[in-house]
Amino acid sequence: MEHILHMAYTGYAYPNETVLPWSALIVVYPYITGLVAGAFVISALYKLFNIKVFEPVAHFALLVALCCIVFVPVPLLLHLGHPERALEAMMTPHWSSAFVMFSYFFSFYTILLIVENWFTFRPHAVHMSQHGKSALSRGFYKVVALGSTDLSPKAMAYDEKWMYWLAVIGLPAACGLHGYVGFVFGSVKAREWWSSDLMPVIFILSAVISGSALLLILYPISCKLRKVAIDLACQKALAKTLWGFLIVTLVLEGLELLSMFYRRVEGIDWIARFIAGPLHFTYVDLQWGCGLGALVLLTALVVFRARGRALVAVSMVAGLLVLTEVLMMRWNVVIGGQEISKTLKGMLHYAPPLFGKEGLLVSGAILTLPMIALSIMARLFPPFHDKPADAVPETAK
Amino acid sequence: MSDDAKNPDLPRRSFIRLIGKWTVVAGALSVGVETMKHLPTAAASESIISRYPPQGPVPGYNWLDHHWAFAVDATRCIGCLRCVEACKIENDVPFNPYNTRTWVERYVYLDGEKEPHVDSIDDPRDIAAAGTRMNYRFADLYEGQKVDQAFFIPKLCNHCTNPTCVEVCPTGASYQTPDGVVLIDKTYCIGCRYCVQACPYGARYFNEQTNTADKCTWCYHRITKGMKTACVEACPTHARKIGDLKDPNSDVSVFIRENRVQVLKPEMGNQPNVFYVGLNKDVC
Repeated sequence: MEHILHMAYTGYAYPNETVLPWSALIVVYPYITGLVAGAFVISALYKLFNIKVFEPVAHFALLVALCCIVFVPVPLLLHLGHPERALEAMMTPHWSSAFVMFSYFFSFYTILLIVENWFTFRPHAVHMSQHGKSALSRGFYKVVALGSTDLSPKAMAYDEKWMYWLAVIGLPAACGLHGYVGFVFGSVKAREWWSSDLMPVIFILSAVISGSALLLILYPISCKLRKVAIDLACQKALAKTLWGFLIVTLVLEGLELLSMFYRRVEGIDWIARFIAGPLHFTYVDLQWGCGLGALVLLTALVVFRARGRALVAVSMVAGLLVLTEVLMMRWNVVIGGQEISKTLKGMLHYAPPLFGKEGLLVSGAILTLPMIALSIMARLFPPFHDKPADAVPETAK
Repeated sequence: MSDDAKNPDLPRRSFIRLIGKWTVVAGALSVGVETMKHLPTAAASESIISRYPPQGPVPGYNWLDHHWAFAVDATRCIGCLRCVEACKIENDVPFNPYNTRTWVERYVYLDGEKEPHVDSIDDPRDIAAAGTRMNYRFADLYEGQKVDQAFFIPKLCNHCTNPTCVEVCPTGASYQTPDGVVLIDKTYCIGCRYCVQACPYGARYFNEQTNTADKCTWCYHRITKGMKTACVEACPTHARKIGDLKDPNSDVSVFIRENRVQVLKPEMGNQPNVFYVGLNKDVC
């Protein structure tokens, strides 16, 4: 069994702990799930809270959520020892497991997203099934439209009603979905670094910030690619939303750490050594550095009322920082949690392999899949109502 | 002309709506009923027993007549690690120091130091001393140093009364038998490793030969046939004992009665069923 990747450690760790149970693949899983929930929240802000300024990205956000959610099972299935038995978790569920509830939330939410996207893009599918350039294209859209070709005002009003109610159900489902991901970790009392009531809340909030940050980056890029002007009001609203949620997220993350030290939980000495040592780069430098950096940028953007190119550039950099912050947060929770030994008398040192199923390359490749899917889906189902560039009102200018 | 005739989509839409409504109602009902079935009740332990037939999986063995427990007299352990080797051979546990169903920890307090030095079979120095992965031994690490106190603590699965590993298992592949043993159905385990995370004692590992979770079974295949576990058989000092709590004269019943026993990490609330004598405050 020479191929077992065991970890070196300082202090003392149980023998079985020296093989990492959850690798980088399990970092990717909550990250993509968070993007789904976050993007959906933005579309719901438009649909449910009537925040009209999000109109340019509302459909796009739904498409982003759909393209992300279909890849959520990929890292999980790759990680399972017996992926062929994966459905047992739902067919013969063991109800006390957080994984089971996650599976149901996930399946329900995937179906909801597919249906909501179908209603959203049905008019386009109907249009293309009649006016598509080739027979193949017309046939494809005909299948997508499921034979529902009525675009009369009455039918559209009916669709609207469906979409509204799907958003009403979808918002708590999105929060439930990602809250449960947080619960998967927060409920493990055996791990001091995970065991926290704040974990589900922090996961929900970090999901919202990662989703809005992704849109903050993708929306201007998509505008450049389509050669249309960016709706600056929308971009600014996204930045402000990110700013607000980021403040709450960072405060909660800080409070969680503070509470751990203030209560002097068992093994706090090793946790302090861990943060000062192996976790310093990913936790202090990257997670907190990027988080606080984004906060400074977004605060400046709001206070100095940035506009035009400055607004786009600064918000995109802040978005990138937030995406890094959240990715590092997932890494520090999943990997970091396992590096603090359950003995509370030592810490393990995980050196992630580059190659192999559990390696960084595979995890990185999985992270790019939703973006590839999105670039295809956005061509098949254009989520933007393009107008000539000069006709776009740049209200924030 | 009726609306339906004008709009061929409407009957389909009403149908979809009807199906949607009934799916939601049926789903809610089934989840509700299933949840009710699994809610803990005052007679939870009674109901667990009543769910099982008297005849267990082993012919001639009635699992309702037994309740197994384990005892460790750490003051007797000499750290020979014969238990670890016996377990690996008996249970086909991978021969490496990183996957194990049982292990022994050595605690050494050097003169003038407050914190103990702890090591076990996975310590690189002990691996080097053994020279092979088929045998395990503690290296002579403290030669020439003044040792204030030193002792060994054997470890294994605690077969908890409230096992967190069973709680988190998404399929029920990890389960509790009515005679107090926590087992894994390897034909059913999906290999998610959630149980490995959830065990506070580090007793579980992922077996790369079977691609499932694995852990100590208290040699269930032996104790149900009236034999002792492999580690108990191999222990030269009788530091380990397996016994039936329903038999007042079993080794463990007597041990618990005659000693002031302790368990590991009682604050976890798992209610372990491995009872120790000879622990101290630093044992993790």
